[in-house]
Amino acid sequence: MTRRGIARTLVHLSLIAATLVVLLPLVVVLLTSLKSEKEMANTSGALELPHDLLNFHNYVAAFRDGEMLSAFTNTTIILLVSVTGTVLIGSMTAYAIDRFTFRFKKLVVALFLTAALVPGVTTQVATFQIVNSFGMFDSLWAPIALYMGTDIVSIYIFLQFVRSIPISLDESARLDGANAFTIYRKIIFPLLKPAIATVVIVKGITVYNDFYIPFLYMPSEDLGVISTSLFRFKGPYAAHWEVISAGTVLVILPTLIVFLSLQRFIYNGFMRGATR
Amino acid sequence: MTDTTEKAVVEVSTAAPVPAPASRRTRAWRGLTPWLFLIAPLALLITFTYAPIVNMLAYSFTDWDGVSPVLHYTGAANYEEVLTRPDLFEVFWVSGYYLAASAVQIVLALYFATVLSFDVRFRNFFKGVLFFPYLINGVAIGFVFLYFFQDGGTLDSVLGLFGAHTDHAWLGTPVSANTSLAGVSVWRYLGLNFVLFLGAIQSIPGELYEAAELDGANRWHQFRHIIAPGIKPVLTLTVILSISGSLSVFEIPYIMTGGATGTETFVIQTVNLAFRFNKTGLASAAAVVLLLIILLVTWVQRRLVPDDKVDLV
Repeated sequence: MTRRGIARTLVHLSLIAATLVVLLPLVVVLLTSLKSEKEMANTSGALELPHDLLNFHNYVAAFRDGEMLSAFTNTTIILLVSVTGTVLIGSMTAYAIDRFTFRFKKLVVALFLTAALVPGVTTQVATFQIVNSFGMFDSLWAPIALYMGTDIVSIYIFLQFVRSIPISLDESARLDGANAFTIYRKIIFPLLKPAIATVVIVKGITVYNDFYIPFLYMPSEDLGVISTSLFRFKGPYAAHWEVISAGTVLVILPTLIVFLSLQRFIYNGFMRGATR
Repeated sequence: MTDTTEKAVVEVSTAAPVPAPASRRTRAWRGLTPWLFLIAPLALLITFTYAPIVNMLAYSFTDWDGVSPVLHYTGAANYEEVLTRPDLFEVFWVSGYYLAASAVQIVLALYFATVLSFDVRFRNFFKGVLFFPYLINGVAIGFVFLYFFQDGGTLDSVLGLFGAHTDHAWLGTPVSANTSLAGVSVWRYLGLNFVLFLGAIQSIPGELYEAAELDGANRWHQFRHIIAPGIKPVLTLTVILSISGSLSVFEIPYIMTGGATGTETFVIQTVNLAFRFNKTGLASAAAVVLLLIILLVTWVQRRLVPDDKVDLV
């Protein structure tokens, strides 16, 4: 074998090793979720295949006893409202900042810019008191307001897109008698589709996965979202890994489906989100 | 406010020629327009980002417990306690594990991004596999790895395949537990770094490689002289994000160990102080310290990489 051939083989081996490291923990959880309680007690290893590959009892148990239905409902409500809100707020801010000159514009821009540097985890101690004083604590409004109000990244994404829309479009519409709101609604917003897709995907995945905010603000059991409901499996099922595994698979599955169907958007979206 | 609108109107009308001289009312209306768009975003921004910072600063100089109507001004006592009480400051050392893990993570991400930027069979498959963990719910990851490290779990079984039978409790001692948790963090976040690096590498024009190959450059030379300079901005950004990320670790240790066996991080401690022990004043001081450190790190980054993308206007 030539030197290049050896190098190529080593590269392939490293990629296969990485694939195993990523997939093995997930596959084992999938296998565990299909095992019965008895199998769990008797078998020696986590790597053993389940006897019945179509044993979905644990999924039923996880879904029913784990309150997964109400968790998925709550997550969906929060997702829809906060993502819609984020898109409206982000695009309106970007439109106002890019298309108008007004006094204190520099200050407003600086306020948004600086906010991006403040990590949310550090300020929760005080944010909690504010959310509480609005009476939003332990309601779906707390995460909705926080997700809508503290997303600077999507404003950046919208701003980049608004800039790329030629101003001549606004001007010709204005000559036709359109006011600023008509221009935003009929011209800018429809042209922002790619940016909206990016924000919806990135924001959607972030909201779906968030644990910190719902954990802090919605302690009630009937207000569980995906993350917090799954977290609650830890107590009652502590020794029942087959049920916990089923719950875990139920939570990962939607992400996998979204990822497989929207791969390209997802890579671009997260790249844009991280590098701003 | 009238002053504001007047000036805005002048600037707007010079920027965009208006066909007919607008009446006083429409001009005032137009000056108000940007604020109508901004009022909701600004209200949210101030309520949920700036007001908390101001309040937090105020709380940090008091002994408030978060509930009672009485609070006393205590000067810098809380800061003194955060910085001098060993058990409070100790948690910063846990960040060291995550910092070391970030270094491993960046090196691995760079390696895989470089390798996959060339034509490799099943490239998209490998790219997807490496990136997918980043999208998974943190609680799900916590459970996957609790089972992974469990007695007789995935890791023990795999080691058993190679004939190594251990009864090592992976999450049992502080060093082992923190190393394991930092490993989980690499598993979870490698994908994002990798995709960022890959994007940066792929934006380097392909002719550069061809020219280098004609000049007899091997893969290492190509990496050293073409790829490395091309991804420097993204690399710096990643390093900074890793540092602030390592300082504010919360999810993985909180879900997996609850901060037990020496795995408590600064954020877990702050959350416990504030919401379990009702020491809002002390927790605020701790949070202010963390915020200042993170802002300092970010400031250093902005000095190192004066990149134009950051400017909004």
